[in-house]
Amino acid sequence: MSGQDKISPSLAAEVLAEFEKDWRRELRKAVPVKERMKIGRQPMPQRAPGDRNKDFSEVNLGLAAAEAVAEARRCLDCAKPGCIAGCPVRIDIPTFVKLVEKGDFAAAAAKIREANSLPAVCGRVCPQETQCEEVCHLRKATGVAVAIGNLERFVSDYERTSGGAAVPAIPPPTGRKVAVVGAGPSGLTVAGELARAGHRVTIFEALHDAGGVLVYGIPEFRLPKAILVAEVAYLERLGVELRMNFIVGKTATVDDLRADGYDAFFIGSGAGLPNFMKIPGENLVGVYSANEYLTRVNLMRAYDFPRYDTPVFPGRRAAVIGGGNVAMDSVRTAKRLGAEQALIIYRRSRAEMPARVEEVHHAEEEGIEFHFLTVPTRYIGDEHGRVKAMECLRMELGEPDASGRRRPVPVAGSEFMTEVDLVVCAIGQSPNPLIPQTTPGLSIGKWGTIDVDWTTMATSLPGVYAGGDIVRGGATVILAMGDARTAAAAMDRRLREGAPK
Amino acid sequence: MPRVVRRERLVPNIHVLEVEAPEIARKCQPGQFVIVMPDARGERIPLTIGDWDRERGTVTAVFMAVGTTTRKLSLLKAGDIIPIFAGPLGLPSEIGAVGTVLLAGGCFGISAIHPLARAYKAAGNRVIVLVDIKADYLLYWRDKLAPHADEFVISSRDGLYGATDYVPRHVRDILGREKIDRVVAIGCTYLMSSIAEATRPAGVRTVVSLNPIMVDGTGMCGACRVTVDGRTKFACVDGPDFDAHLVDWAELYARRKSYFDDEVRSLCAWEEETYP
Repeated sequence: MSGQDKISPSLAAEVLAEFEKDWRRELRKAVPVKERMKIGRQPMPQRAPGDRNKDFSEVNLGLAAAEAVAEARRCLDCAKPGCIAGCPVRIDIPTFVKLVEKGDFAAAAAKIREANSLPAVCGRVCPQETQCEEVCHLRKATGVAVAIGNLERFVSDYERTSGGAAVPAIPPPTGRKVAVVGAGPSGLTVAGELARAGHRVTIFEALHDAGGVLVYGIPEFRLPKAILVAEVAYLERLGVELRMNFIVGKTATVDDLRADGYDAFFIGSGAGLPNFMKIPGENLVGVYSANEYLTRVNLMRAYDFPRYDTPVFPGRRAAVIGGGNVAMDSVRTAKRLGAEQALIIYRRSRAEMPARVEEVHHAEEEGIEFHFLTVPTRYIGDEHGRVKAMECLRMELGEPDASGRRRPVPVAGSEFMTEVDLVVCAIGQSPNPLIPQTTPGLSIGKWGTIDVDWTTMATSLPGVYAGGDIVRGGATVILAMGDARTAAAAMDRRLREGAPK
Repeated sequence: MPRVVRRERLVPNIHVLEVEAPEIARKCQPGQFVIVMPDARGERIPLTIGDWDRERGTVTAVFMAVGTTTRKLSLLKAGDIIPIFAGPLGLPSEIGAVGTVLLAGGCFGISAIHPLARAYKAAGNRVIVLVDIKADYLLYWRDKLAPHADEFVISSRDGLYGATDYVPRHVRDILGREKIDRVVAIGCTYLMSSIAEATRPAGVRTVVSLNPIMVDGTGMCGACRVTVDGRTKFACVDGPDFDAHLVDWAELYARRKSYFDDEVRSLCAWEEETYP
């Protein structure tokens, strides 16, 4: 989809040059492959399930330096690594991992930063098992991949706690102004890349904190806000300006900003509009979209109510509809807010769940109940219009559908009723409509997404690029960042060529 | 950051807030709202825009001090900074030359119908303004509304301004007296739903500006969903104006009251902290 199945010839040349450096050769010789393959994957230290499911502090504690070096030693430093092409932002993974093995953590961090503006975030939230770690040759040989994600997290945490990332030398200002719409994963990435290239970048963000889904969606126990704050502060040190509470499309349109002298635009306005199933009772009190539920708890800090003013229902028996990462975040949040029972209701089976393996595993440890092959058909309210029960239907798996997953088919007559006092719908969202509605000439696809040329992320309007959920409809942080890297490269070329505004 | 130009008590419990927000002042249209958060621990709430000055770059909203957020807003002074004053949000009201328009407002809605009165009058309509107040001393902005009104009707419950009756009776009287082409009602849910029932038998087109609970206000969270004509709509991006006769009022009442107990708890906690 992104047009990036292979790594570019220039990157391949850089990777090879690193591979052939003397220290790398020596490191490869120092430990035989057989010995490396005998080392077990270093487990991620984490808080005990019975403790962590009562508060919002982070679950994973991070590898210690000796554990990180041992993990890095497992990497075979393959001559033809698969991992780099498995990474949507094309980090030179073998080089950073070998720098960890060598003990040069600062250099490893700098290596990652060449390709990734948000390493501490990606080390925590990327689905590595379906990306870099899936194509790891060690996994093919032994069944257990190098823990690339855990190493990325280790290296970026080391960098942050030892004085922070050094600001690279920035070329002289180009005099070009770039407007980035949305301070989410794609917007932050584009801003970092273009600021480093010498352009003047302003990010316009509708909410009052930067981060997009990283701040309103992903909970503190998986991605502490302090990590994000540090990443955003780094961008500000690169010279990026942030305009908060500025809703492009409303406070000013793209055309208004063009008239104000912006030369290029990146639209990363994300997925708005939560989807519902359109079944009876979905607007009862106590039925939330995952976006609202998580926004109340994360962005507005409802977990600290009434010290913070925004409330949220705690729920006694909470049901979360869906099987993705957002569903896992929601159900684990409900448990932490005091739900005696917190359930996942998913229409397919365990094998089809799109959530990261680690999130599912953590949820199970924390006492989340999984109800597979089940779908709600209606919600029942009490006399105050509050949800008190839901009717569900059992499903069975039929033939594979367009996604390749077996289609769930209702089992006739299998309806049953179950008591719930909190429901969170985590079945996806549609693109935010504000920019498409207010930007004449912008070509929009049938699902409300912005149409782009996938090789450059250029939209139908000259100088306007887009990426992330506003073009994909609903994807991951790292795919949004991959789009952003592609867009930033094309935008930089355009700004340097001095194309007409 | 948005700076408070003016915050005054207009009448008991009702305050006016004028804020320096040049970008919003340049863009806003009748019927739109802003999202306001009074401090870093506050809640985001929508306030309907009651006036603006494009030259001075200010936006004005009127609110009633009821919960924690509005109490905090009611303590602002000129020169204070509001961390969040974002907008203009929602779709602008559709204003046309329709003939005779009855604009009914109660509580904060008296200010919210002001931009509509100005725009409908400018569009060549006959404009009847009907304000609903509990007692005569709660009337505000008569001077701002009157210049745009061909007729100014006050529905007061203490009788100093005429009949002691609720606003739906006035609406029925006006409908019985002359041909009304459109009714717009803005205020509490009770005011809007009772006017909807008053105009329903005659089938007069009636528009309400709905006031569900919102969080982000930009179409992201879905807190503000309302059922209109059997379909779920998001008031922040599909509204806030809707056809009053198609709104599921019972659902809106229930959803408005979602956090009633929490609102009391929040206010008590804030009072204990603020006035120890």
